[in-house]
Amino acid sequence: MSWLLLTATPFTPVDQEYLFEARQMQALSFAVHIPIVCFGIAFPAFVLLLEGMWLRTGDPLYRTIAKRWSKVMLALFAVGVVTGTILSFELGLLWPNFMATFGEVFGLGFTLEAFSFFVEAIFIAIYVYGWDRLSPRAHFLSGIPVVVAGFTGSLMVITVNAWMNNPTGFTLEGGRVSDVRPLEALFGNDYLWHELVHMYLAGFIVAGFLTAAVYAFAWLRGCRDRYQRVALVVPLTVAALAAPVQIVVGDWAARSVAREQPTKLAAFEGLHETEEGAPVHLGGWYDGDEIGYGIPLPRLLSLLAFHDPSARVEGLEEVPAADRPPVNVVRVAFQTMVGIGFFLAGISAIYLFVWLRRKRLPRSSWFYRAIVAAGPLSVVALIAGWVTTEVGRQPWVVYGHMRTEEAVTGASGIPVGYATLVIVYACLLAAIVWILRRLARAPLEIQSGPSGVAPLAAGAVPSDAEEQR
Amino acid sequence: MTLAELPLVLMLVGLTAYAVLGGADFGAAFWQLGARGEQGGALRQHAYRAMGPVWEANHVWLIFVLVICWTAYPEVFASIFSTLTVPLFIAAIGIILRGTAYAIHAGTAREIERRAVDRIFSISSVLTPFALGTVVGAIAFGRVPVGNAQGDLVSSWLNASSFVIGFLAVATGAYVAAVYLAGDGARAGREDLASAFRIRALGAGVITGAIALVALLVVHSDDGRVGERLLEWPAISAVASSAAAGLLTLELTRRSRFEVARYSASAAVAFVILGWALAQRPELLPGLTVVEAAAGRTVLLATVVGVAIGALVLIPSLALLFGLVLRGRFDEDAGDTDGLASTSQRRPTRISLLTLAVGAGAVGLLLTLIFDGGALLGFGIVGLFAFVGLASIAIVSEATSSFEQ
Repeated sequence: MSWLLLTATPFTPVDQEYLFEARQMQALSFAVHIPIVCFGIAFPAFVLLLEGMWLRTGDPLYRTIAKRWSKVMLALFAVGVVTGTILSFELGLLWPNFMATFGEVFGLGFTLEAFSFFVEAIFIAIYVYGWDRLSPRAHFLSGIPVVVAGFTGSLMVITVNAWMNNPTGFTLEGGRVSDVRPLEALFGNDYLWHELVHMYLAGFIVAGFLTAAVYAFAWLRGCRDRYQRVALVVPLTVAALAAPVQIVVGDWAARSVAREQPTKLAAFEGLHETEEGAPVHLGGWYDGDEIGYGIPLPRLLSLLAFHDPSARVEGLEEVPAADRPPVNVVRVAFQTMVGIGFFLAGISAIYLFVWLRRKRLPRSSWFYRAIVAAGPLSVVALIAGWVTTEVGRQPWVVYGHMRTEEAVTGASGIPVGYATLVIVYACLLAAIVWILRRLARAPLEIQSGPSGVAPLAAGAVPSDAEEQR
Repeated sequence: MTLAELPLVLMLVGLTAYAVLGGADFGAAFWQLGARGEQGGALRQHAYRAMGPVWEANHVWLIFVLVICWTAYPEVFASIFSTLTVPLFIAAIGIILRGTAYAIHAGTAREIERRAVDRIFSISSVLTPFALGTVVGAIAFGRVPVGNAQGDLVSSWLNASSFVIGFLAVATGAYVAAVYLAGDGARAGREDLASAFRIRALGAGVITGAIALVALLVVHSDDGRVGERLLEWPAISAVASSAAAGLLTLELTRRSRFEVARYSASAAVAFVILGWALAQRPELLPGLTVVEAAAGRTVLLATVVGVAIGALVLIPSLALLFGLVLRGRFDEDAGDTDGLASTSQRRPTRISLLTLAVGAGAVGLLLTLIFDGGALLGFGIVGLFAFVGLASIAIVSEATSSFEQ
């Protein structure tokens, strides 16, 4: 490495005309990938919960749903493998200077993530192809590594994102890193834990409400037999328990952001001047100095960020204008996420209350309409949350060390790549919708498993065509 | 070998695994391309079945190679990806189309749908290894200078040497796939499929050998150092071994000894990659040796140790998966196992489970709200997770077993 230290690094910033398109391309790839990740996190747990109930009760209905869902799980995992591969390609295709300079600092996180990915791929195949071919106990056990790998995979990827937001574990001199301490960079970072827990719970909320939305829609159309009921209750219960917890976790996340990235926190609210007892404005628009047209809630920002209504909150004015993120994007995304989060927690509370008091599902069709809305809304909240943290990180790719514009590729043709990717991903989404509808329409066979308990009476089996849609 | 070279060895192992296993997947799709009619349908189904359980794992090898590269040799990764943007983007699009087609083929019902999906699958399965092959060619022949997009975006890979490596990648995959599929057919007792792929394996073997010879000639006339050094010691030994393994595979295939041919075909691919590595040593990119490109010592150590720990989990898992597949446990007519031997009907006391959940949740809530970090906050989070998990089990098992309305 000696001669390189003497010469200037060949990875000096370039003038890239299409930086904005490059960022959009990365954001698009991420927005396609992350909802699929939620299914990778949560679906194996749903399926195992059902299979565990089958093992305990012997009721073949549980096994039928578990088996059907496991096929969806495999198809979505296959799509997740490719969209994840694209993200890793884009790190090099779009941000070579970032990778050249900092790859060694955070690379270990991705190396370990690759092994999580391997384990997930291997055991998801054993699980899905192993129905009827492994003993029930072995089959159930083969699903456990999938759940574990879903967690460790999230952990490893989030270590890298947390590091980008709160970089530690290296020394930067003349555009080169030295004295790299990868374990400290990835795991000694107190930004990691709230991001991890927030995202992991989001996985259960998104996958839970989206799946529940499908069956709530069927419920509204009159399919209310036991199959629908079980398929609705499992994801809905998990999501309904996770959604209120997410608010507590979100509070913890906000306190960490306030401590480590005060500028990002100021952008959440559009707080221009440093204040003691800072308010939160609902709605409105940041015009460069203050929030216009919003509804002020006095002292709330100080209370949320520091659990002290008169705490001092740093405003955007503390940093030069060039170091501030695009405030309105961050602000709208943050309020969208929080608003949807409270909506989800609200319907969760109704569901849990009715169940605890009356031991039944809510009867109002408005409840089921709300669940149908909650599915797509949870995805919106997920993406809004990532916009909050990632656009809130701007203009930095490595917070405080490297600007996004310094990271970008010198290659031309970004708009062509972006347009191509938009078309290809539109086809991908159409294909996912198509395959899910096809899998949903497959004839329903309630089987007890290889050596059969008798199938349910025909009357208990829903008609195939109406099963989901 | 120094510590600086160790991650490169791991990358070459990963690349070999990807070329053999991922290559066989690409190759299987290649054979679907030409398969028509009734027998063609059987061939296509056979190829899908053989890929099924191992598809995802095979393609994680590519990610493995990439992440080691950007961790251990970050500037090399950045230089390659910024200069070879075009072929890598083509490969990326191919990977998306291929994965999508694979994920949805199970849902195809009508012949016309099946045909369309298969066609996308096959074309992208040829395009992707070809594009990745041109990338290997561009690296091997020194057309990727160090720096952010410092090489020519077009001529770096759009040239005879890169193309011939692209063709070699496609042909090798087709060859290995035909050998594997013949073996899978024989194991499943489908003599018709075994003989159909035996003929394809023989044909592809001869063609792959011919492309390899042409490649040696083209590469030799290229300016790069690698071309000359491929025919010098020590690379020549790997090239010769590859040729020998290729010929052995042909003979084994001719005698229908497919299970052994599987391994000799894989060895032929591995020796090609070894030959490339030996010929290019010690430079990774022009003017940048492995030692110069390597990350700091701590990072290299952490990477090697991380991979070693990962391998402890990965190797038994892979052995389990391939053991199940190669023993035919996932084949369609594989025997059923014993069913649910005994189902206990015990009803655990769910109220206590729910109480436990609420207790954990209350403690978790309190700790999470009070502490900003440290072990007590950690306990709080564990408590919240315990609440979600335990309450889910408690509510779901009661709410689904009661049957009202």
